[in-house]
Amino acid sequence: MKNIFLFIRRYFTLLLFFILQIVSLVFLVNYNLTQQAAYANIANEVIGRINIQYNNIQSYFYLRETNRQLAEENARLKNLLPSNFETADTARVVRVDSLVKDTLGPQRKFVWLPAKVVNNTVTSQTNYLTLYRGSKQGIAKDMAVIGPNGVVGIVIDVNDNFSRVMSLLHRNSKVSAMLAKNNVTGSVGWDGKDPLYLTLQNIPRSIKVAKGDTVLTSNYSANFPSHIIIGMVDVIAADPSSNSYTIKVKAATNFYSIQYVNVVKNSLWAEQKQLEAKPPKNQ
Amino acid sequence: MSQLVKNIFRFACFIMLQVFVLNQVPPLHQFITPYLYFLFLLWLPFSTSRIALLFISFAFGFTLDYFMGTPGLHAAPCVLIGYLRPFLINLLISQEGAELNYAEPSIKSLGLAPYSIYALILTFIHHFYLVLLEWLQFGNIVYFIGKVFTTSLVSLLLIFITEMLFFRKQKFRTNTA
Repeated sequence: MKNIFLFIRRYFTLLLFFILQIVSLVFLVNYNLTQQAAYANIANEVIGRINIQYNNIQSYFYLRETNRQLAEENARLKNLLPSNFETADTARVVRVDSLVKDTLGPQRKFVWLPAKVVNNTVTSQTNYLTLYRGSKQGIAKDMAVIGPNGVVGIVIDVNDNFSRVMSLLHRNSKVSAMLAKNNVTGSVGWDGKDPLYLTLQNIPRSIKVAKGDTVLTSNYSANFPSHIIIGMVDVIAADPSSNSYTIKVKAATNFYSIQYVNVVKNSLWAEQKQLEAKPPKNQ
Repeated sequence: MSQLVKNIFRFACFIMLQVFVLNQVPPLHQFITPYLYFLFLLWLPFSTSRIALLFISFAFGFTLDYFMGTPGLHAAPCVLIGYLRPFLINLLISQEGAELNYAEPSIKSLGLAPYSIYALILTFIHHFYLVLLEWLQFGNIVYFIGKVFTTSLVSLLLIFITEMLFFRKQKFRTNTA
């Protein structure tokens, strides 16, 4: 017993070194595997406050760019207003519906919530954004994040007033995507090289792809609404090891200058996930 | 200014510099990430005990991790260089009793060549371990080797510039005074 204590006293520094190393590695591994909110809860509140102070100053330098993006988005949305469209009266047969409530009526699936970006990185291999909007304001894990020009990322951690977003510029990010012209689906990720370009994979070689084709979010993505722009096809390369293309996509979002984003909530998310979690019965 | 106040001030400055300046630099290449924050650990006084050094390194790395959203990724290399630092100083100290006569490692207290080696080795070890941890999650061998060397070079350049800009005046202390 005495010898054990002597041993510990003698090599205390070395043991402490190993303990601290193990603590660090446990944090690193756990966070990447599960992305538990235990760490984020303390971290986000304190760091979030500091980031707001910094962002208060920094946001002035981006006002011009933010205004341009908002004006562009407004113009695009105004073009979608019903008052812009007119249908000839004779083309429609007037029919009186006896039902009070339309049984085929559309049901709201997605709710858009605006949020301010208080921290954003593009330089690392694992990039994250911090939003000044948390669970008290209706944000939950796995919600989609969309900027004025296109897809930005997915919420991975939430606490009371802040949320952390895994940017599309993350080595582990993956968004279900499709080509606008023929609805062929693939998945968009990032190879860690250039923050201006994303990679689109799993597009079969039998499909004709051309430079400049638009890449949108697909109908299969549960957290993203469909037909949200991701980017434009830039370089097309055939993957020699498989039957598909690896396509370099110019990102629609400028990740350097994101100031405001929308967080999109899918109100049917829980229902869909619950069904998909069950093992399918083949009968 | 006392050593303690000076180092608390440096702690905050290095974290702020790394998070709000160097991490905001637009990426030139996939391999290049400017890191300077660990210079804080290189500048800690000679009189810091080894156990305190380990705890300070861990706290410093972890603070940066809070900002970067990668818990443990920077803390682990910081603890490693915090552990190796005293061995390296013992090897490299040229003047007899320099650790008693000067407050902290610098060009003046260690000499230009030993100080350069000191910075070079610790920078390399730090980046090697940091990129190794990053590489284990994704990436290939070219990425690993390329990033270790280019990032080390950029860091050494930054350390050189910092040493030139903030020349630390060090008083020669004797027992007699």
